[in-house]
Amino acid sequence: MTTSGGRGDLAAELRGITKRFGDLVANDAVDLDLIRGEVHALLGENGAGKTTLMRVLYGLTHPDAGTIAVDGRPVTIRAPRDAIAAGIGMVTQHFSLVQPMTVTENVILGRAAGARLDLTAARRAVEEAADRFGIAVRPDAVVEDLSVGEQQRVEIVKALARDCRVLILDEPTAVLVPQEVDALFGTLRRLIDEGLSVVFISHKLGEVRTISDRVSVMRRGQMVGTAAGDTDERELARMMVGRPAFGVDRQEPLWHDGEARLQIRGLSAHGGHGLAALHEVELDVHAGEIVGVAGVSGNGQTELAEVLSGMRRATAGSVSVEGQELVNRGPETVMAAGVGRIPEDRHASLVLDLPVSLNLIMERIDDYAPRGHLDRTAIGAHAEELIERYRIKARPNDRVATLSGGNIQKVLLARVLSRDPKVVIVSQPTRGLDVGASEYVREELLARRAEGAAILLMSEDLDELVSLSDRIVVLYEGRIVGRIDAADADPEHLGMLMAGRATEVGA
Amino acid sequence: MAENRIGRFGMITIGAIITILAVSGSAFVIAGANPIAAYEAYFITPLTREFTLLEVLNKATPILFTGTAVAIAFRAGYWNIGVEGQLLMGAVAAAGIGQLVHGWPALVVLPLMVGAGALAGAAWALVPALLRVRLGIDEVVTTLLLNPVALLVVQGLLHGPWKDPETGFPESPRIAAAAEFPQLSEFIPLIGRSRLHLGFVIAVVLIIVAWYVLSRTSTGLRVRAVGLSPHGARFAGIRVERTLLRVALVSGAIAGVAGVSEVAGIQFRLTEGVSPGFGYTGVVVAMLGGLAMPGVLLAGLLLGDLSVGASSAVRSLQIPSQVGDVVQGTLLLVVIGALAVYRWRTTREDDRPPDEGEPEPEEPPDRPEGAAPVEEPPT
Repeated sequence: MTTSGGRGDLAAELRGITKRFGDLVANDAVDLDLIRGEVHALLGENGAGKTTLMRVLYGLTHPDAGTIAVDGRPVTIRAPRDAIAAGIGMVTQHFSLVQPMTVTENVILGRAAGARLDLTAARRAVEEAADRFGIAVRPDAVVEDLSVGEQQRVEIVKALARDCRVLILDEPTAVLVPQEVDALFGTLRRLIDEGLSVVFISHKLGEVRTISDRVSVMRRGQMVGTAAGDTDERELARMMVGRPAFGVDRQEPLWHDGEARLQIRGLSAHGGHGLAALHEVELDVHAGEIVGVAGVSGNGQTELAEVLSGMRRATAGSVSVEGQELVNRGPETVMAAGVGRIPEDRHASLVLDLPVSLNLIMERIDDYAPRGHLDRTAIGAHAEELIERYRIKARPNDRVATLSGGNIQKVLLARVLSRDPKVVIVSQPTRGLDVGASEYVREELLARRAEGAAILLMSEDLDELVSLSDRIVVLYEGRIVGRIDAADADPEHLGMLMAGRATEVGA
Repeated sequence: MAENRIGRFGMITIGAIITILAVSGSAFVIAGANPIAAYEAYFITPLTREFTLLEVLNKATPILFTGTAVAIAFRAGYWNIGVEGQLLMGAVAAAGIGQLVHGWPALVVLPLMVGAGALAGAAWALVPALLRVRLGIDEVVTTLLLNPVALLVVQGLLHGPWKDPETGFPESPRIAAAAEFPQLSEFIPLIGRSRLHLGFVIAVVLIIVAWYVLSRTSTGLRVRAVGLSPHGARFAGIRVERTLLRVALVSGAIAGVAGVSEVAGIQFRLTEGVSPGFGYTGVVVAMLGGLAMPGVLLAGLLLGDLSVGASSAVRSLQIPSQVGDVVQGTLLLVVIGALAVYRWRTTREDDRPPDEGEPEPEEPPDRPEGAAPVEEPPT
């Protein structure tokens, strides 16, 4: 499509944006140019830094370094108020609508000046904005009665009614059904015809190609590059996931045909929005095997890990370990069956305000409390031992909240692996960790494999997935769309499977 | 962030104390008293004579119970504001049994009354607790709204079936002699004449037991984990709902015993004024005590001290007794205000990475909206 538009025609210009969260560099000197009248997709994996970059532009996050210019003039954006004044609007993933209020009331909220509230004029403004851009909203409808797609349109009208010229949409299609996506794209085309510019955050290759004039790809906090909107999907996939270092450290398979230790049959579950997130997943994991689950984030990996951990209810299907049925039985039963869980959200899965020693026994309190009395000597000794064994940089009485991300992950790892689990469910084990801690975590997982554990690994780090796994399955929209031997994996094939283009490559 | 929070907690506490001194000091000045002398009369004088010291302990008794009841619930992240109503139900149970047991031995009657009061308090706490764990309905609202209902039950009894047949006053008949809590001066020779009764001993023992359970047992660890991180506790296999339900019932039971203590130790009958807001003062005691049991003990004694000091200052310094209420009201408002500031500052959105694509937590929610995880106090 077009890459036209001169330098002087930039609607917004971000230079050298850097943002750190503790150890994690979410944005590393990122540049982005937004040309007036374009739809500019921001593509990247979960955690690549897309949302952070746009939160900086909208004033929701303060960058550690970098400058922003709007319409060629440098601006200082400290809060959304400043961004709105500069003509920037954003529709975040979680809408900021007041549910019991009408559409009109929501649109004028925070803008009404003076004591008198002119609802009639406000209503007219909503209708005008809606007419001008062809957005179907009912000014008098109460927001909580609207579908998610309609609520999104209200958010867009809200931004437009504030005369925004740059509209940021953070994964707008994640909550929409296909027809609503078409309507949204129609709206976006009207917006750019009117001279607005749109930043469209996504990790779905197909829709990015459909709607975008240009695509900027981010990976691990860095800007990989900007390409034309009609760039080949393989190329985009490659930019997005990097080029995995295939074939390193390949171990001989340890398992032989026979009964799988972890058997998943026909497993279906809903996600957070109440939409179906898993569809009849079938999967076996054998003792001494690591099975990797690949997929662009939001395609069911989180839900799969939660169901297997006993933290989410399945709507159908079965999960069994050595024949014992575990689905919908709760975390205690899952753990008792010998399943160790290392979750994606490690902070929420520990009790951060309790000391390391107590967190290390949290899954087995009764073993350290004969007749109900905590055996503090044994708890302390256990903590000392695991701290030594897993090289955790902490003292037993340190509160977990005071530890670094890598050490928090080691606390979880120690808590789980010290129980010799037969099955390990592990999600994003190295996300946000530095190189040393990541290596350590991977070595521990391989050691468990060598000792005969059955490991299911969810990771968005394809390097990690390919180098650790024996087999890889690809989840797309909650279904397994491909199963490959890690030894045969190549990045393009994986990328296409992850992008939901299974048929094109004949998987 | 951790030390930061403790530091902030300290700052808020210092700010709260300064505010309390400034506001209550102004009240003394307006009442025409020298603030320094007034503080001495309110807080120091009661501790200097044996009789008033024992009265301090006596005044502290009900709020030690209610403070413990509140603190235990809050530690689990269960916001039981219904201690007042649960106390009234305990008082009703005590008065009911006390009327029936004429001629029974005290060794049977006293445990029976305490047990019945505990059951009654727990029963009154049951419905809000079930609504919370089964349907996620905010217990702050339901427990609070059941308080006036409990008072109506008391009034209904006192104006109806239990109206004193001799005087016609809305008071229940006096309970049996065996149902009265013995006064401590009766069997501890060192203690001078005073109203101080068995209830005080029970309250202190309860606080010690609660301290032990919370800090030294597996049950206590589960309660603390649930209060600090419901999701983390559930992930580790702790049954969060069951823990909350049990804590709510124990909290209600302790509140019920507070009601027994007032009926059997002080009033010897059920009256409409059996609790001048002991349940709400319990929230103040629990918060002042930082939800830790030693703190609850100290805070209860402090408010007992204040209560005795305020009554005597009426005579010694001609400070109207209402100023005592002003000081306590100031304490209450400042503490709740400080708590709100503290919670607001800890729950405000931190500058942290956005959770891209992370699913919303599914129902039922671990806690109602806006309820912050509780702070782990030092043990």
